[in-house]
Amino acid sequence: MIDPDIPAPADLQLRQRLAKRFRQLTDPAFVLTEPGELAPYECDGLSAYRRRPLIVVLPATVTEVQAIVRVCRDLGVPVIARGAGTGLSGGALPREDAVLLSLARFNQILDLDVSNCRARVQPGVRNLAISEAARPFGLYYAPDPSSQIACSIGGNVAENAGGVHCLKYGLTTHNLLALTVVTIDGELITIGGGGYDAPGYDLLALMTGSEGMLGIVVEVTVKLLPIPERAQVALASFDDIAQAGNAVAAVIAAGIIPAGLEMMDNPAIRAAEDFAHAGYPTDAAAILLCEVDGSNAEVSEDIKRVREVLLAAGATEVHTARDDTERALFWAGRKSAFPAVGRLSPDYYCMDGTIPRRHLAKVLKDIDRLSDQYGLAVANVFHAGDGNLHPLILFDANKPGELEKAEAFGGRILELSVAVGGTITGEHGVGMEKINQMCLQFPPETLGVFHTIKTVFDPHGLLNPGKAIPTLNRCAEFGAMRVHAGALPFPELERF
Amino acid sequence: MSADLTAALVDQVRHAADHKTPLRIVGGDTKAFHGRHSAGDRLDMRGHHGVLHYDPTELVITARAGTPLTEIDSVLAEHGQMLPFDPPRFDDGGTLGGAVAAGLAGPGRPWRGAPRDLVLGVKLLDGHGQVHRFGGEVMKNVAGYDVARLMAGALGTLGVLLDISIKVLPHPPAERTLILEADREQALHTLRALAGKPAPLAGACHLEDRLYLHLSGNASGVQAWEQQIGGEHGDGENFWDRLRDHRLAFFHQQAPLYRLSLPPATDCHDFDANALLDWGGAQRWLYTDMTDAQLREAVAAHQGHVTLFRGGDRQGEVFQPLDPVTLRFHQGLKARFDPQGIYNPGRMYADF
Repeated sequence: MIDPDIPAPADLQLRQRLAKRFRQLTDPAFVLTEPGELAPYECDGLSAYRRRPLIVVLPATVTEVQAIVRVCRDLGVPVIARGAGTGLSGGALPREDAVLLSLARFNQILDLDVSNCRARVQPGVRNLAISEAARPFGLYYAPDPSSQIACSIGGNVAENAGGVHCLKYGLTTHNLLALTVVTIDGELITIGGGGYDAPGYDLLALMTGSEGMLGIVVEVTVKLLPIPERAQVALASFDDIAQAGNAVAAVIAAGIIPAGLEMMDNPAIRAAEDFAHAGYPTDAAAILLCEVDGSNAEVSEDIKRVREVLLAAGATEVHTARDDTERALFWAGRKSAFPAVGRLSPDYYCMDGTIPRRHLAKVLKDIDRLSDQYGLAVANVFHAGDGNLHPLILFDANKPGELEKAEAFGGRILELSVAVGGTITGEHGVGMEKINQMCLQFPPETLGVFHTIKTVFDPHGLLNPGKAIPTLNRCAEFGAMRVHAGALPFPELERF
Repeated sequence: MSADLTAALVDQVRHAADHKTPLRIVGGDTKAFHGRHSAGDRLDMRGHHGVLHYDPTELVITARAGTPLTEIDSVLAEHGQMLPFDPPRFDDGGTLGGAVAAGLAGPGRPWRGAPRDLVLGVKLLDGHGQVHRFGGEVMKNVAGYDVARLMAGALGTLGVLLDISIKVLPHPPAERTLILEADREQALHTLRALAGKPAPLAGACHLEDRLYLHLSGNASGVQAWEQQIGGEHGDGENFWDRLRDHRLAFFHQQAPLYRLSLPPATDCHDFDANALLDWGGAQRWLYTDMTDAQLREAVAAHQGHVTLFRGGDRQGEVFQPLDPVTLRFHQGLKARFDPQGIYNPGRMYADF
């Protein structure tokens, strides 16, 4: 039986046995067993977490995936699917006792169906490549995670990826029509359909964001939307961060749904300005970037109202981009916030909680207090329209204890998000990183429901074990480490 | 009026589970015709009623499942907002829980979404009599499997929805209905062209040589597209409401009514020439002489599926049969959420 929490040490005989079988099933050059070959797969975008896979295989066809998965099932070996490896929560973190199945060779756009505004693509196709292929037809794929130049659509499905346009255009789950999935038994099924719905339960919703725990996605049909005729962005400065939060509420109360509504606090503004020279006011306590899109006429009316509302809400200055170049520059600042903060500090740790927006001021104040307590600086970047907060904790992994401190600090921010009625992850996924905090967000009986859902699709727990949904044992151990106000969570479980 | 019946509902469900007594979950009982026939003791949700939380600037409303849609609508209207998915009202008294459990969406669905797109969180009473909370009140939430959306359209077969948090949107300031004279081929052609343009659409329907287009957005945008598209002005609200609630004369025919879900541009006039096209072509309503099996096969060949929506044999399968693997997953989910099989047994498929 697989222990989801503790991978078994690499079994070299098993590695050779798997290699032999896989080399019969796919191009032998794409079955990797040597330490030097395995090393690049040790982590995904969350590089603080590393494990060496038992073996890496890169099949080229759906039939090969089916055959490989069947071998794994027959031998009781776990399988971890990997897309582009850009995930930020360790969802594709390997195990020493598991096969790492990379879908990198599934990189073809199979069908661009302009009449029906959809594209059928392989999971290894990059997010941005879909929009690039659709552009000549006036169409694009809406979800745009900041890694869109590199991340793959299969990974986007696994994590239900978001981006800066979610308030208006939704997450990955809102922009999918169908998936082709290989089950742990090697069967091939289609989930979703050619229209907007499918008969039976909404398995498309269940599969999206399931972090490779329920099946392996081998084909994705996405919705394409018409490219807006025009987009216009306003940059508003505020003396006070709470006022900026209220301005966001005012824009929405005015009946405007911006395509993007982003907030940055002063440390993030200064870092981004220093890096991208976007023209940000470095003395502002906070800035808002508010973008509206649509037809020409629509945008002209909306941007005028946005400007009025922001000024009425206390903005010290509102600057509307003069042209597309300046608009791109405003966004370049926001989009470079992560690497820009990365220059301030040897390492940074990106959090991903979502909070009801009305609690923003309180949450930021508490983060500030925790920042003092842990002695680590924070810059805040916020998808303000949908409440998704990305505090970036600055630390130096070479200083003993700092990584642990940053992780502990991050954990406290997630607890804060849950406490105000939010969630520990808005778009990055739970993966390995936030698995302990799942114990705070869900009581054991609800985690039990998640586990039983998994057994429906994967009775022996072979698909990406130990990710996304914590075992009750793990929660008991985690709870034992942090008893709050004398109340023990999971009192029914034995402590050890 | 507002009342929390959770404790009583839990008792009733536990009792039913202990005795393996089937339950028929009922809100406003406005969609009894939908799905397969399912017998059971009535689990009445109407008393479990009340808006729990609504902050217009968060674009979310949370209400108990038995809250009437009319009440939700009027609470939202006070702040110029609306339920984006236009739940069909086949009779008076429909509830939020019923609308989400049925998963049906009105004419704006391709642009504004269906219940599955808008549900952010649910409080669910499972077949063990246990209450769980899935999702929440925030737009972005990827912690745990997306069980809240799974419940939208599950017809109550996996559990009782107690509370629902759902995304709302501002009511657009300007609306316009345009009518273009067009036969079916012309209509499909126009719809295909429009689908690729950033027009502020919220409805597109073809019926009896007329193409109805619903523009909805800010005044400048609607006006600009109105000029670009042309056509006659129609009586907006009235037509779209009658389409949404199946009150158009088209829906008064006595024969069984079929719903076809297809890729919107599908041209299959060999068997759906008389269909009403809704959702820009992605949802079609049809009366036909074909047998269920013939129609399903024909529609499946175009990557679509068929629902016997109203009338006909409600003891037989009314939804497109599932492939064996998908059926196994359905049975597995049913067995875990509702091990005694008490919730609306057979309402979706005969097997569960």
